[in-house]
Amino acid sequence: MALKGNLRDFTITQLLNLINLARKTGALVIEGPSDSATITFRDGKLAYAHLGASKDNGLGPILHKTKVISKAQFGTLKKRASEMSDKELGLLLINSGYVTQEDIITSLQTHFMDILNKLFAWAEGIFQFKNGESVPDDKIPVRMDLENIIMEGSRHLRELEQLKDELPNLDMALKFTDRPGVNLRSVNMSVEEWRVVSYINPKNSITQISKATSLSDMEIRRIVYSLLQAGLVELIRPEGGPEPLPDLTSAIPGANKDEQKTLVNRLIGRIRSL
Amino acid sequence: MQTVKMVVTGPFNAGKTEYIQTVSEIDVVSTEKKISSEAEKIKDATTVAMDFGRITVDDSLVLYLFGTPGQKRFDFMWEILSEGMLGFIVMVDSTRPETFREARTILETFRAYAPTPYIVAANKQDLSDAWEVEDMRIALRLDPTIKLLPCVSVDRESVKETLLELLETIITHLDSE
Repeated sequence: MALKGNLRDFTITQLLNLINLARKTGALVIEGPSDSATITFRDGKLAYAHLGASKDNGLGPILHKTKVISKAQFGTLKKRASEMSDKELGLLLINSGYVTQEDIITSLQTHFMDILNKLFAWAEGIFQFKNGESVPDDKIPVRMDLENIIMEGSRHLRELEQLKDELPNLDMALKFTDRPGVNLRSVNMSVEEWRVVSYINPKNSITQISKATSLSDMEIRRIVYSLLQAGLVELIRPEGGPEPLPDLTSAIPGANKDEQKTLVNRLIGRIRSL
Repeated sequence: MQTVKMVVTGPFNAGKTEYIQTVSEIDVVSTEKKISSEAEKIKDATTVAMDFGRITVDDSLVLYLFGTPGQKRFDFMWEILSEGMLGFIVMVDSTRPETFREARTILETFRAYAPTPYIVAANKQDLSDAWEVEDMRIALRLDPTIKLLPCVSVDRESVKETLLELLETIITHLDSE
């Protein structure tokens, strides 16, 4: 079945994590706003990556970019080996003593990592995972563990994720802390921060403040987080909101556990008979 | 007469109303209104307060199924509906990964409301662009111990299977207390 969606909703890091954990084999094809990429995996490990124009993804340009071959050598290759596949070219270079197998693998890994670093910055793009697709026959596959790549991608997302963790619920309200000696006027704040501060009131949820100040979720989270970290405000439930629920352990009628289990078993019997 | 209730929750257009309709012995009492927002015009109407279905067990016991509104702006109803629930089902549209994050948030919100047993239903598994259940488990960051079941909310057997799984989970929960 399909594994497809939009990077807007499901990030590259999350996709790599999924592919890694599920040990998937296949090709992840991403159509970005201005470019497209194909990343191929085998048993949950990165095998190959391809971004944009095909001429930049050949072994010659990659070895040149990673400074394994000189500009002159690259020029010669372009003239004499332009029709060769990557595998043929790799063998030729190794047999000629220009490069080692390790040089090629390391260069490819660096190139693939560069591609993924670019992809981490893509906020938008239609993706589809094509199960079972393998590396094109003429290309040289590598075998890269995804854990480190995911770590790298996670660093890009860390700020946003941290802010969401710190402030998971924007329906909470804010109030100024009662700490004595804190003078708000002496705190250096940006115009946006002052605008947020002007709306802080136990009756206003953070969502309402963000609407009133036309700030995005990310922006309001960043400002509220900094105010929280500075100890200027604290989170509270909005005034007028519903009270916390009482203990709900009595959700199942019945005096004791046996009676409760009997009741649930009656429900099971009824649903089976539907 | 004893009454118990179970709640069906999940993001907008996950299939909650259909799910309840499929097994309810009464026409679902639905508080729907026409969709006004362009972004939400996937279907003609949506639940704004709750859906409400019923399964009578016998003269002395009735099970009510409550469906929550999926849109965030009606989430004030969630806490009200969750009060006193026997357990809950988080319904996720398997074809819309853009809703997975919201499903996760809803799950955590309901868990915070009440420490009752729950399962997650991967709905619309009959559609060709549905994600595989185990891929969804990873995407939703569900612990392996949490039941994530394939579901087709318009199929009675499928709905029964998920309800039974929730009830079995409740029995296990009672045994472990």
